[in-house]
Amino acid sequence: MATLLEVRNLETHFFTDEGVVKAVDGVSYDVQEGETLGIVGESGCGKSVGAMSILRLIPTPPGKIVGGEVLFEGQDLLQIDIDEMRHIRGNKIGMIFQEPMTSLNPVLTIARQMSEPLQLHNGLTYEQARSRAIELMQLVGIPGSESRVDDYPHQFSGGMRQRVMIAIGLSCDPKLLIADEPTTALDVTIQAQVLEVMQAASEETGTAVMVITHNLGVVARYAHRVNVMYAGRMAERGTAMDIYHRPKHPYTLGLLQSVPRLDAMERERLHVIEGLPPDLIDMPAGCPFKPRCPFATDQCNETPPLREVAEGHLSACWYADDLDELNKKRIEKIQRGGI
Amino acid sequence: MTTDTRIKSENLLEVDGLKMYFPVTAGMVFKKKVADIKALDGITFQVKRGETLGLVGESGCGKTTTGRCILQLYKPTEGSVKFNGVELTTMNAKTLRASRKQMQIIFQDPYGSLNPRMSAGNIIGEPLIIHKMTQSKAEWRDRVAELLTTVGLNPAMADRFPHEFSGGQRQRIGIARALAVNPDFIVCDEPVSALDVSIQAQVINLMEDLRSQFDLTLLFIAHDLSVVRHISDRIAVMYLGHIVEVAERLELYENPLHPYTQALLSAVPIPDPSVEAARERTVLQGDVPSPIRPPEGCVFHTRCPIAIDLCHQPDVLRTHEAGSPEGFPGLRDVGNGHQVACIRV
Repeated sequence: MATLLEVRNLETHFFTDEGVVKAVDGVSYDVQEGETLGIVGESGCGKSVGAMSILRLIPTPPGKIVGGEVLFEGQDLLQIDIDEMRHIRGNKIGMIFQEPMTSLNPVLTIARQMSEPLQLHNGLTYEQARSRAIELMQLVGIPGSESRVDDYPHQFSGGMRQRVMIAIGLSCDPKLLIADEPTTALDVTIQAQVLEVMQAASEETGTAVMVITHNLGVVARYAHRVNVMYAGRMAERGTAMDIYHRPKHPYTLGLLQSVPRLDAMERERLHVIEGLPPDLIDMPAGCPFKPRCPFATDQCNETPPLREVAEGHLSACWYADDLDELNKKRIEKIQRGGI
Repeated sequence: MTTDTRIKSENLLEVDGLKMYFPVTAGMVFKKKVADIKALDGITFQVKRGETLGLVGESGCGKTTTGRCILQLYKPTEGSVKFNGVELTTMNAKTLRASRKQMQIIFQDPYGSLNPRMSAGNIIGEPLIIHKMTQSKAEWRDRVAELLTTVGLNPAMADRFPHEFSGGQRQRIGIARALAVNPDFIVCDEPVSALDVSIQAQVINLMEDLRSQFDLTLLFIAHDLSVVRHISDRIAVMYLGHIVEVAERLELYENPLHPYTQALLSAVPIPDPSVEAARERTVLQGDVPSPIRPPEGCVFHTRCPIAIDLCHQPDVLRTHEAGSPEGFPGLRDVGNGHQVACIRV
């Protein structure tokens, strides 16, 4: 597989009255052609801002991409002019936003909104684009697409609107589809439908997908690789198996242990990550996770580099190699304490 | 503390044939009722003293309405709600207010449910004043400080305003407010849905501690089946204004009988790629029908993978046990308190 997208040391800051918010603070990763990459983290960890930075959709001011490179098919998207960027957005890189309710224009028919990128990028006439829109709606499983294509967004349910968004995102056969919390606003049964549709459609078109989510379960099923972000930085990167079965960062470990699992037989007490995520304006020196980390030592006052701990598995923790041992001891201690 | 000793056999709450219809009106000047939104269409369940009953379902299934109808925040259209053996639906405002001392609610939205102009201390202390539970200002202040400590906040935070707190801390304030009057029963309406994963776990653990510390009975409403299963003793599954299945937490997971429950369970993602790869997934087709015109017969038949012609016919299904609403297969017991509303089971 060839590298499709490479993000190097991306830094996106927001300049506010209170100070500089380092929303994305030196993040590097890559996306291979046709793969599904999951980006996981809690609100404010920089996962959405990072994705918006790729398409240069950061509101400026107050936001600004202050450093780094975004190499898409070898071209640095941060250096090209805005007309070239327009040619990439919606064409080579598609995007699905979180809110299916607000990301469609309420006064235009679905046909109009779906044909816009097709007319713009592929040079189709409206009639041609409209019939392509009908095909795309079939691809994402919207029943009766021929009659529904002229409906307005309010005539669609949330799940159907998100399918329309997926269809728009895939309409120009993009190389990469960025899906920012594509199912967060949807009910579980609808969420399952939409994810299956997205997966099937991207497999059919060979599109690489970047799924941004706070739900560890959503990416477990679909992602080949996972990035875990914390406070604007990369905490851990690896294959889905690495992240879920062999986590090498205390934050990943904490996240996995703190969600109740549907398949857990015994009612165990949830292991909690104490405290709150840090204030991005006033970040602690050293490791950003240090104040909440049960294993932190003086060593952690120095920022740990993101380093390879196994093949293709990176962690930004000084104690990545000893984490299994440390965690075992901690759990034994908690159990002895009778909590 | 085991589950068995905590739960007593008596029913603290009995809900019988509860219906809640919201009118749909048309016309600007002469508003006339054109239809009903059947938010609850005859639900029956009981909550035992000391028990946590989980109520799950997708948006619009009526789970929040159920919680509000129990507390009489909505006046139910029909049916009965008995708390401690006393009927609530016919109570007058004054006695109702007094009885609210025993039952409280924690709301979903930690941002919208706290008055932004009141300090945390005043928010938590207001129920104490309404129910005249403290005699002096000093006693009031002590009690507020005690409540803040109980929910894991610093008593010095009493003078802060809601915007100075994070989402998780606000939800703790909401919990402290509910605990202020020493209630027996709390309706928890999606208390952790708006919180981040790591904060969610903190609040869930807190609620489990408080439940045993204060002998609380909970109705835990949520759409997240993993969270509900974690905290509940029994779970009721709702769909379009009806309860479709009730079972013990493990029984519901190991032996789901209703096709909707099965689909719901299979749709919940599990954070483990190897488990996910091996799982069979039942993906339901279509959307939830409108509660204004629910389907005839079993309301689930439009999306049901195992529906037969019989499921479409209202008359045939009406013959089920007493207490069941018209046109829907009533809940029937299949053993061990496992109830299901489906003729195909």
